[in-house]
Amino acid sequence: MRLTLERRLVPSQRAVWAGQTVAVLLAFAMGAAVLRLTGADPLAAYAVMAEGALGSLYNLSEVVVKAIPLMLCGLAVAVAARIQIWNIGGEGQLVLGGIGAAGVALFLSPHLPSAIVLPLMLAAGFLAGGLWALIPGFLRARLEVNEILTTLMLNYVAIFWLEHLYFGPWRDPMGMGFPGTAMFPDVAWLQRLPGTRIHLGLCFALLAALLLHWILSRTRWGYEIRVIGENPRAARYAGMRIDRHILWVMLVSGGLAGVAGMAEVSGIHYRLQQGLAVGYGYTGIIVGWLGRLHPGGILVVSLFIAGLLVGGDQLQAVMHLPSSVGLVLEGTLLFFVLGSDFLSRYRLRWRKEDPWTPRA
Amino acid sequence: MATTLTSMQGITKRFPGTLANDGIDLEIAPGVVHALLGENGAGKSTLMNILSGRYRPDAGEILIGGTPVRFHSPRDALRAGIGMVHQHFLLVANQTVAENVALGHKTPRTILCWSRIEDEVRRLSEAYRLPLDPRARIDELSLGQQQRVEILKLLYRQADILILDEPTAVLTPGEIDELFATLRRIAREGRSVIFITHKLEEVMEIADRITILRRGRRVADLTPADVENRRELARLMVGREVVLRVDRTPVAPGETVLELRSCSGQGDRGQRAFQRVSFAVRRGEIFAIVGVAGNGQRDLVAAITGSQRLSGGQLLVFGKPHGAGGPPPMDRIAYIPEDRAGTGSLPGLDLTDNLLLTTYPSFCRRGVFRREAARRWAEAQLDQFHVVAPSLTASARQLSGGNLQKLILARELSKGPDLIIAEQPTHGLDIGATMDVWDELLRQRARAGILLISGDLREALSLSDRIAVIFRGQLMGVFSTDDEDAIAEIGPMMAGVVQAS
Repeated sequence: MRLTLERRLVPSQRAVWAGQTVAVLLAFAMGAAVLRLTGADPLAAYAVMAEGALGSLYNLSEVVVKAIPLMLCGLAVAVAARIQIWNIGGEGQLVLGGIGAAGVALFLSPHLPSAIVLPLMLAAGFLAGGLWALIPGFLRARLEVNEILTTLMLNYVAIFWLEHLYFGPWRDPMGMGFPGTAMFPDVAWLQRLPGTRIHLGLCFALLAALLLHWILSRTRWGYEIRVIGENPRAARYAGMRIDRHILWVMLVSGGLAGVAGMAEVSGIHYRLQQGLAVGYGYTGIIVGWLGRLHPGGILVVSLFIAGLLVGGDQLQAVMHLPSSVGLVLEGTLLFFVLGSDFLSRYRLRWRKEDPWTPRA
Repeated sequence: MATTLTSMQGITKRFPGTLANDGIDLEIAPGVVHALLGENGAGKSTLMNILSGRYRPDAGEILIGGTPVRFHSPRDALRAGIGMVHQHFLLVANQTVAENVALGHKTPRTILCWSRIEDEVRRLSEAYRLPLDPRARIDELSLGQQQRVEILKLLYRQADILILDEPTAVLTPGEIDELFATLRRIAREGRSVIFITHKLEEVMEIADRITILRRGRRVADLTPADVENRRELARLMVGREVVLRVDRTPVAPGETVLELRSCSGQGDRGQRAFQRVSFAVRRGEIFAIVGVAGNGQRDLVAAITGSQRLSGGQLLVFGKPHGAGGPPPMDRIAYIPEDRAGTGSLPGLDLTDNLLLTTYPSFCRRGVFRREAARRWAEAQLDQFHVVAPSLTASARQLSGGNLQKLILARELSKGPDLIIAEQPTHGLDIGATMDVWDELLRQRARAGILLISGDLREALSLSDRIAVIFRGQLMGVFSTDDEDAIAEIGPMMAGVVQAS
């Protein structure tokens, strides 16, 4: 008996779902092994995580709170990946979005009618993130500079700008020396669901997912993106302007991450301070790919990953384990799900006997 | 030298979704040129890849002189005296002829004596009339010369059976004659040559023995003396009567749709691609440019379709100059590109998306797709052009070469074009699909001007009203296809031997 791989002509839908389930189970088994190594009881730890994420309505609401930026960052990764651009810069674009929104809230809001403060912050967040992403977009489209490196490196630049602002020129003079800007006036606060921290950003994320899905599947622009992503040579043959599309896609991608930043500062922190760049941009990459670059999938996966993050925090509080166990699970999940993706495209087969055995 | 018979018995090879070889028997006698004839996808290359150790069969065996052998790699097969020249050459581009010949050879094990290897290469190339400089780098050589290196590699390893996969596809008519002379010389020494082809005339010219494959099975095994006429061979190959002559009803030529006035252009690395090219295509005629691949055709087409700039001259499409002033009006031009899978289609997307590739703007209203209209239209196109496909939601990757080309034709011709640019439109297609494409082009001639770029002289002669030969970026003259004397000169012109007077 010999195990061989055969390519499937058409990916099997059943295999996709079965593979996905097995992948999740395997990831948890692997996580259990890691927990065991740290000396903890894996089952108890998982119970604590489940309790932390699902144990009460408030815990559940916290999962949603964390899912909001993950959704937006996942969508940002997905729209770029559709045109075969690897936007690793969601973190920096999120930070820029936060800075843009904070700028409006801190310096413009006193001079504006209150009704347009939040819309203006939203626009500023989108534009700041989008323009930040246009830097690597322009380098890629015009000079063929690898966008993986530039988007990644710009994350550090963005975070240093953020720190410079809240340690320096934008620091709250009444803040008793604590790093951070002054608190935003309450016209710049996103509405919350009473009793929870779930804010209006959730609607931004859901609307963005719907809109993106519609644009990608129903519009001329979406079709052109699909063609360029599938076969750039065919796109050029059909007369499409690839460089122009790259710029638009980067604007939208960075804009989505920027909206995540705006929602964080205006829905959670109410100021610019440490804690804005906590990795949502990076986790968004995992969310985007686990969600198969599909807006619907990204919504589901972002909730799941947010559950892992919230549950992981509980491990730290209750069992004094590092909360990074949640990160370990994220990593193993990505590993196994991408593996199962491979199996949906190939088929494992037992061969009874190889008639072509070695010459004696 | 081999005096033994090599045979393949009951060879079966399965690939996902297809049965490539189905219980094939084949006997290779020493000292013969053995033609393996069949349409594309008949299983010829698969069978030979098995004989040369690249694939393993699912069932069946190979016997050399009655002893079963099993190959795990091409190296095993070479050790047993069987070697293959693939369609895409396996040469190291930045190394010399001698280095490529010695590459992978087991002896000497450690210290290479280049002068001795070069002497041996020189001796072999003289003995078999394969003129080559052992110190030339591969990337300086033409495809015909590279093929000689591949053959030398096998001779250097003293192969008794040389398999050549469609060796004439990259050659000029003159080079084909030289290749055939070499093959006969090899066979006279008692070695065997297996010659994979789908060209009937080549089989009749060179083969001592003919095996015909159709859809993975052996359908005939005969000698040229058994063959009454070519039509008989064609019938065996495709399983139905094939008319090798096309009906070309005369059409009165109309106004000029494409005109080049002394155009020059550069390739993508800035090299001179074509110089001072002038010709005109009128509505109602097929104008063919024939030439061996790599003589500037590709850049010429790129310039006409607006994806490259001219470096000189004037280009008029529908009487209006273009080149500097933006892209040509592609909604009135059908362009059938040479590279069907890589340029002309979207392998991973479905057939509707593929049919929309160049036609989608007409299915959009204010940026939004009219999906139902597009779907109905796509369905009608598949129907009208007899594209055999599982469904509209199948991906283009699942289509055969012939059906993919018909899909591209359907898409491009649906524009109702006034100018059609067809680049190698039947390259790699079987006879059935070739005839369909030819018929369609001839039908379109009634209403459009057609520029045909082809490396296949037979195709150009069958279809076109006028022919130009391109060699090293220059047109060597324009002929009417009725001019018998001129036609005889076309072969030498493609090879650059004769200059048009």
